[in-house]
Amino acid sequence: MPEPVVAMRGIEIGFPGVKALDGVDFRLLPGEVHALMGENGAGKSTLIKALTGVYGLDGGTVTVRGEPAVFSGPAAAQAAGIATVYQEVNLCPNLSVAENILLGREPRRPVWQGGRIDRRGVRRRAGELLARLRLDVDPDSALGEHPLAVQQLVAIARAVDLEADVLILDEPTSSLDATEVAELFRIVRGLRADGVAVLFVSHFIDQVYEIADRVTILRNGRLVGEHLVAELPRLDMVAKMVGHELAVLADLDREPAAEVAGDPTVTPVLAARGIGRGGAIEPADLDVRPGEVVGLAGLLGSGRTELVRLLFGADRPDAGSLQVRGRPVRLRGPHAAVAEGIAFCSEDRKGEGVVGDLTVRDNIVLALQARRGWARRIPRRTADELVARWISALDIRPADPDALLRNLSGGNQQKCLLARWLITEPRLLILDEPTRGIDVGAKAQIQQLVAELAGDGLGVVFVSAELEEVVRLSDRVAVLRDRRKVGELPRADASVGRVMELIASGGGHLA
Amino acid sequence: MTRTAPPSGRAEESTTAAALHVGTSDIRALITRNLRQSGIYVAFVVIVALFAILTGGVSLSPVNVTNIVLQYSYILVLAIGMVIVIIAGHIDLSVGSVVALTGAISAVLVIGQGLPWWLGVLAALAVGLAVGAWHGFWVAYVGIPAFIVTLAGMLLFRGLTLRVLDNISLSPFPAEYQQIASGFLNGLFGGDGYDVFTLVIGAVGVAGYAVNGFRTRVARITYHQPVESFPLFVARVVLVGAVVMYFAWQLANARGLPVVLIVLGVLVLVYGVVTRRSVFGRQVYAIGGNLAAATLSGVKVRAVNFWIFVNMGLLSGIAGVIYSSRSNGAQPAAGNMFELDAIAAAFIGGAAVTGGVGTVVGAMAGGLIMAVMSNGMQLMGVDQSVQSMVKGFVLLLAVTFDLYNKRRAGAAR
Repeated sequence: MPEPVVAMRGIEIGFPGVKALDGVDFRLLPGEVHALMGENGAGKSTLIKALTGVYGLDGGTVTVRGEPAVFSGPAAAQAAGIATVYQEVNLCPNLSVAENILLGREPRRPVWQGGRIDRRGVRRRAGELLARLRLDVDPDSALGEHPLAVQQLVAIARAVDLEADVLILDEPTSSLDATEVAELFRIVRGLRADGVAVLFVSHFIDQVYEIADRVTILRNGRLVGEHLVAELPRLDMVAKMVGHELAVLADLDREPAAEVAGDPTVTPVLAARGIGRGGAIEPADLDVRPGEVVGLAGLLGSGRTELVRLLFGADRPDAGSLQVRGRPVRLRGPHAAVAEGIAFCSEDRKGEGVVGDLTVRDNIVLALQARRGWARRIPRRTADELVARWISALDIRPADPDALLRNLSGGNQQKCLLARWLITEPRLLILDEPTRGIDVGAKAQIQQLVAELAGDGLGVVFVSAELEEVVRLSDRVAVLRDRRKVGELPRADASVGRVMELIASGGGHLA
Repeated sequence: MTRTAPPSGRAEESTTAAALHVGTSDIRALITRNLRQSGIYVAFVVIVALFAILTGGVSLSPVNVTNIVLQYSYILVLAIGMVIVIIAGHIDLSVGSVVALTGAISAVLVIGQGLPWWLGVLAALAVGLAVGAWHGFWVAYVGIPAFIVTLAGMLLFRGLTLRVLDNISLSPFPAEYQQIASGFLNGLFGGDGYDVFTLVIGAVGVAGYAVNGFRTRVARITYHQPVESFPLFVARVVLVGAVVMYFAWQLANARGLPVVLIVLGVLVLVYGVVTRRSVFGRQVYAIGGNLAAATLSGVKVRAVNFWIFVNMGLLSGIAGVIYSSRSNGAQPAAGNMFELDAIAAAFIGGAAVTGGVGTVVGAMAGGLIMAVMSNGMQLMGVDQSVQSMVKGFVLLLAVTFDLYNKRRAGAAR
């Protein structure tokens, strides 16, 4: 076995009141893709931050290429050849692709020529790097013009240029669609062939089996085990990640709301006719009846989010009309939608959902209180009661209404946001990627919840990039492609294969 | 396990009993946990002590304590509005000019036209509201950044002040008007050489603090949150009580309770409740903390922003009345740089530059730190130039400290 390029032994890190890592061992071999798996709060991010010097160690040692290493921060780690690409793209959208790739180490003209940045050199070097990754992107274009997926690949191009022999990818695929993931993996395989050690953090089990050679599993800050992926059956991996709570992963068998799905005699809770917005989504029709889950499937950039934002009044449509329970309405903004009993959980949890400096309680009552207006404050006792009920119903941890939301894990933040909407007792719940980037256990809980809510007569619009999830949960699946609704499949006909066919049909750019 | 039902009466009894026994005495842990909040008060005590020593006790003399209150009350009033503006993620550069304008209007009516004093007060408040509505309109409904809108307002309303006053000062106000800033309530309950009323008010304040603190403590225990041990809690209440009563004693020995202090106290109480408990207040925090989330949750962001500025205008009007009363007239250059003192008070008091964080009480502590420093340095005869530099450094240090704390908190996640 080759010498590990990174070896961590007995790593311990504690935060006030929490032991984040407790005696964790980890090693990374050159030329392997090593997956790091675990639920939220298992300590994956903490382990990475321990390696890159973001956190100081309370115990344990880190060796890089056989030498003991203590990094003062990510920059020092990077200088030592350990590059990190984070889940959120950390680049400057206002600068060009080339400038982003070479930011901070731009080729300079010689000092006697003024030491200016050699713009031609920047463009050439960036072009070479993009070519190496076989990315067809104009280096002079502004980064912000490109979809998130391309930005992510640019971030990798930037990391690769640092001549790193360790590349850490922290949930790089969470906002990519299948084609883009394939593209990313092609690049990762190329790097592996060059002898780069890739540490790959992901929630997607399929992807781990597709790309990773070896996997380290963490649970609650402890090492569960290190395995060769090929020798570890899927079910075992999941079992190791979640411990004994495997029951929640059983397939959701929900009774379809067959009697209302597509039944024209039942008044839809929301009916959209030809609703669209130039540059965002072509005019589309959509009906949601009480007790029905309508899935929206489509690739990234197909207009899923754009469509639901119109349904919620977050953006103004420039065509079409909306009816709420048979009554024509014009939504002048989110507050009007909330008043009509529509709830919208945004895909961008951090940017559009979480108010980190407010408490769990304040976050949960935010929408309900906004609907009631300034004069009708929710009495403290009622608020406490409601919040306590939802904290327990959704199993939010820690179960402390006065905790600041910023201190909760991603999955628990998401549950708080769901609680924010469920507390308003909506008639229509729009969920945009509610399970993205959260752990398997929380994901199953949320899926279960959606099924139960629909059972109680709530209309649900469910958007997800994971086709399986959409197909399994939905009574009907509306399929979007290229900012256009291309079809609708009733539950009986909906399968991942059919949805993919619809997405692929005539989609020339996918070939 | 979580409580699913609210605590029943019995549970409350038991938590009340528990409130006497549970909790940690680890002072270091407590300070670390609350450094962001407690740091400012620690700094305040240190600065007060420092200047008491440097001035040989003069800065804590009854007359001087009264003086500090009178001299900086209008900055503190402005700081209340400013911290709300800052929590929402805005800024207001115009308040100095608005103080000048409202004072000028009042002076023109009362001194120039000979109208009754209360009409001047009402007019000043009305003008303050109108100015606030003007700013709120541009910020909330047109969408111009507050920095620009209020920078324009600063020029606009300074110009208007000059126009109203015709470039000359007006003086003096009638005696009733002067009473607003320099009047005292003395001898209401009698007392020999000291004012009993002042002491009573002080005692009521301390009692309120203790009761409120105990209730918070019980609530925290109900939710199994860390609290300080009971002896430590008592020690804290006694300490705060002693400081307040000492302050009241000094006032009582001087000239009694300043009218301005009553106005300020009422404002602090009211706005403390508004920011912590009212729907409007919580929505201000939500907007400053995450604008998109607040919008998508149905918060009427425009309305909130509008009323934030209307409120700032009202408080500027109140400050304008106090200032004109104290200076016994209106001057074209009145209120210059007040906005910067108010902004500094809010930031020193722990408000976050990015919005979403800050408290009224913190801003008051921040303002008082500046007040004690300025006053102390004046007593010591420190040159104006040095005073200004010291204030600058303190502001820089305060925000650095805030940022340092935030980074630490961020790293702990």
